[in-house]
Amino acid sequence: MIRAVMVMNTQGKPRLAKFYQYLPPETQQDLIRRVFAVLSSRPDNVSDFVEADSIFGPDSRLVYKHYATLYFIFVFDSSENELAMLDLIQVFVETLDKCFKNVCELDIIFSFTKIHTVLDEIIFGGQVLETSSSEVMKAVEEIARLEKASNAISLVPKSVSSWQTR
Amino acid sequence: MLIVNTIQKDLKSDNYLVVCAALTAVCKLINEETIPAVLPQVVELMGHGKEAVRKKAVMALHRFHQRAPSAASHLVSSFRKKLCDNDPGVMGASLCPLYDLVSADPSSFKDLIISFVNILKQVAEHRLPKSYDYHNMPAPFIQIRLLKILALLGSGDKHASENMYTVLSDIFRKCDSSSNIGNSILYECICCVSSIFPNSKLLEAAAEVTSRFLKGESHNLKYMGIDALGRLIKINPDIAEEHQLAVIDCLEDPDDTLKRKTLELLYKMTKSSNVEVIVDRMIGYMINITDNHYKTEIASRCVELAEQFAPSNQWFIQTMNKVFEHAGDLVNVKVAHNLMRLIAEGFGEDDEGADSQLRSSAVESYLRIIGEPKLPSLFLQVICWVLGEYGTADGKFSASYIAGKLCDVAEAYSNDNTVKAYAVTAIMKVFAFEIAAGRRLELLPECQSLIDELSASHSTDLQQRAYEMQAILELDVHAIECIMPMDASCEDIEVDKTLSFLNSYVQQSMENGAQPYIPEHERSGMFNVASFRSEDHQRETTSHALKFEAYELPKPSAAPKSLPVLLSSSTDLVPVPEPTYVQEVHQAASLPSVSDAGAAELKLRLEGVQKKWGRPTYSNPSPSASSSGSSSQKPVNGVTHQNGLGTLTSQTRDTSYNSKKSQVDPEKQKLAASLFGGSSSKTEKRPSSSHKTPKPSSSTIDKSHGTTAKVPNAEPALQKASQPPPPDLLDLGEPTVSESTPVPDPFKQLEGLMESDQVSSNDNHTAATTNPIDLMGLYSNTPTTGPSVNILDLAAANTGDMNLLSEFSNPISKNTETRSTSSTVVPPTKKGPNPQDSLEKDAVARQVGVTPSGKNPNLFKDLFG
Repeated sequence: MIRAVMVMNTQGKPRLAKFYQYLPPETQQDLIRRVFAVLSSRPDNVSDFVEADSIFGPDSRLVYKHYATLYFIFVFDSSENELAMLDLIQVFVETLDKCFKNVCELDIIFSFTKIHTVLDEIIFGGQVLETSSSEVMKAVEEIARLEKASNAISLVPKSVSSWQTR
Repeated sequence: MLIVNTIQKDLKSDNYLVVCAALTAVCKLINEETIPAVLPQVVELMGHGKEAVRKKAVMALHRFHQRAPSAASHLVSSFRKKLCDNDPGVMGASLCPLYDLVSADPSSFKDLIISFVNILKQVAEHRLPKSYDYHNMPAPFIQIRLLKILALLGSGDKHASENMYTVLSDIFRKCDSSSNIGNSILYECICCVSSIFPNSKLLEAAAEVTSRFLKGESHNLKYMGIDALGRLIKINPDIAEEHQLAVIDCLEDPDDTLKRKTLELLYKMTKSSNVEVIVDRMIGYMINITDNHYKTEIASRCVELAEQFAPSNQWFIQTMNKVFEHAGDLVNVKVAHNLMRLIAEGFGEDDEGADSQLRSSAVESYLRIIGEPKLPSLFLQVICWVLGEYGTADGKFSASYIAGKLCDVAEAYSNDNTVKAYAVTAIMKVFAFEIAAGRRLELLPECQSLIDELSASHSTDLQQRAYEMQAILELDVHAIECIMPMDASCEDIEVDKTLSFLNSYVQQSMENGAQPYIPEHERSGMFNVASFRSEDHQRETTSHALKFEAYELPKPSAAPKSLPVLLSSSTDLVPVPEPTYVQEVHQAASLPSVSDAGAAELKLRLEGVQKKWGRPTYSNPSPSASSSGSSSQKPVNGVTHQNGLGTLTSQTRDTSYNSKKSQVDPEKQKLAASLFGGSSSKTEKRPSSSHKTPKPSSSTIDKSHGTTAKVPNAEPALQKASQPPPPDLLDLGEPTVSESTPVPDPFKQLEGLMESDQVSSNDNHTAATTNPIDLMGLYSNTPTTGPSVNILDLAAANTGDMNLLSEFSNPISKNTETRSTSSTVVPPTKKGPNPQDSLEKDAVARQVGVTPSGKNPNLFKDLFG
């Protein structure tokens, strides 16, 4: 199962953090800090895997990928495959790229709800839901349409607001 | 509530996107308590028209299953059904929960192997729609998941594994290793191959892929390759040989993760031939990292490997030194102790010469190391111990040289008390050996100052060690040889837990009229009233001295002790409040008792701690009481002694004690086990309540004495009175006690006695007949002596294994005896009182047991004429 997804920039500022098991916010922040400490100490052109036992407890691995100014980090346990997770990061980034046409850090900052939506279409409750970026795009677009429509006629505002507040 | 309501509404929505959103929210927000609220709706959604909804519903259910397995346990079958869903996405989703279920219990999913293999085959053959392809790989995540499941199901199962061979070799052939995802599937295949029943062809293919990984440029692939190699060498250790160079490369790699993984691999392939190199590498790596977590891990691995494969003692000691030096306090304390033991005992099969060589080499290396600054405390402890024990053994180093070194250590680490303690003891040992060897000893000035300093230390431990040392230094050769024999560390110390060496002392003091010891728990609440203490003081001391003895067969003797308590604090009948225990211990410590008594006391406490369930032990004094008549006199003795009346009987009692002890034990164990529930506490309560009677006024005591004296006729009556059946002693005992104690009237007191006696014998009776209604009839018979004896006989017959029969027929048996025997009879027959039973019985007891007060006056007439 995937335990957490994080996106942070090279300065260690978290841009997105999603934990699939409940953790108090302080712990989350502490974990993010420690992850950054590990990542920033790693040189370029080494493997993308880190054994994260000391940070996340036993049986946890961490895969990260470095894009421009951002680290994309997935934390998971032995029921997932490291290389596959690496590809999942790829899928995630590709999808974001399609969404925003050349995604950059600012996109993530300003439209974080959309990013959450994308992530929710890819990973559901800690399990991989969808790996095809076009499928994800389709679902996201549909949701966006619905959102627009509901904003116009205020149809089921509650459930839609749940999208935004999450 | 609002959330649940909203979610429920959304789950019913017509718009599938809304439903999807709701399901996402469900995953995140629903916890154990609210699962039942949405569960039925989510289950329903598994049949939804849209596959996206079905998929999410399955995953939401998986989430429920993770959160609360019990709430979703009935979903297993629906997960299985979803495996056949016509949408591959839903099928893929159902693999996630199935993977969890399979990893929890592989055996119950063996029937699915065929379907898993079929699905995998279809997926691998591109039979899924194009939309599931990813980089030209068909549904890689589904494949990976399936391979993981198959690996679990096929491990150690030849038949199941055979089904998988074809599809696995297909995948090996088809997968293109140019893309990342293709490699991930290949890697998963290797994992699967290495975990299922081995097949040589597949292993070959796996080895080939592994070597491709290792030769790859990418660090990621190397990492996977190392990991795969680690799995494969478990099956075939030879595979590693051809990759040695690649492995060494990885070890030199700047990538930390890769290095770690490689070390893990090396750890797995360690043999006695390569242990030196590997451990060297590990230590080298350990020195360079700062992360405590990994340092600890690597240190423990080094130690493990060194212990397992050490080629020579020298090497072993050097390795351990390095580990301690660098990992220091991160090493488990046990490892240090193991090392000390190893140095002391040698490697076992070697001869003495090799052992002493080992020791001297250890001493030498330690003397070299000891000067280095900033050694970890644990390592210093080992050093001090070894130097103290063997520093002068081979005569290479003079005692004063070693002592000087040790003094330096103690000074340098002056804020570490443990190290100081080790150092002082080591110095003491060195000097003691010197004296024992007949050499003259000149105390170094720094040693003297160290001793002086430590004798004034705040730490009592250090103080004691310092004084011990001073004392030992003044002894002569012979005495030192006795107390500090060479190589004593190898001797097994047998701790005499029973403190049998105190027996004679105990016996002697008993003959002098001392009271038998009463276990603490029976004296519960005793020290509640401070004023009482002084009065009780005298008796306390003696009882402490005797503790051990009575602990073995304590029950009746509790009486004289506890009666004052009950009088003074009648309301305080609650069993042993914690504070009182502490108080008591305190008091015991402050008592001016003989050292022997102190030891007994210490031991007692130990005993109490060890056996949390220890209470039963004194519910079982039964065997002892029943087996000999003499022990039954005990309670009476207690009373008499209190009044200074009679020490006559005490001698017989003593002997009976000792003889009994041994035969009690096995029985005790069994009883304790069966009694663990409530019955033990019952029996405990009873003696105290019954014994309360004698104390209140001297006249009562006289009367009770009268009772015992007049035995032949009075005692049967007593027995009779005890017929009525309140079986739950605890429940009954407490109310009666509190009722009767406050009243000073001796009659009332005796009534209390009667009642409690009744209680116990009732128990006896119920146990024997198991029919409480009968008792009523028996009860009406009480005035006459005849029937009661019959009943007792009956009881004895039922519990045949104890020779109660003779006990009962014994004409001189006292009421106390009856009590004890009855208490003993109860436990074996009805084990572990079940709550309902005891409730019923309690009701009966209240009816019958508490009311007899009306009848008791008659009894008294019987008793006292």
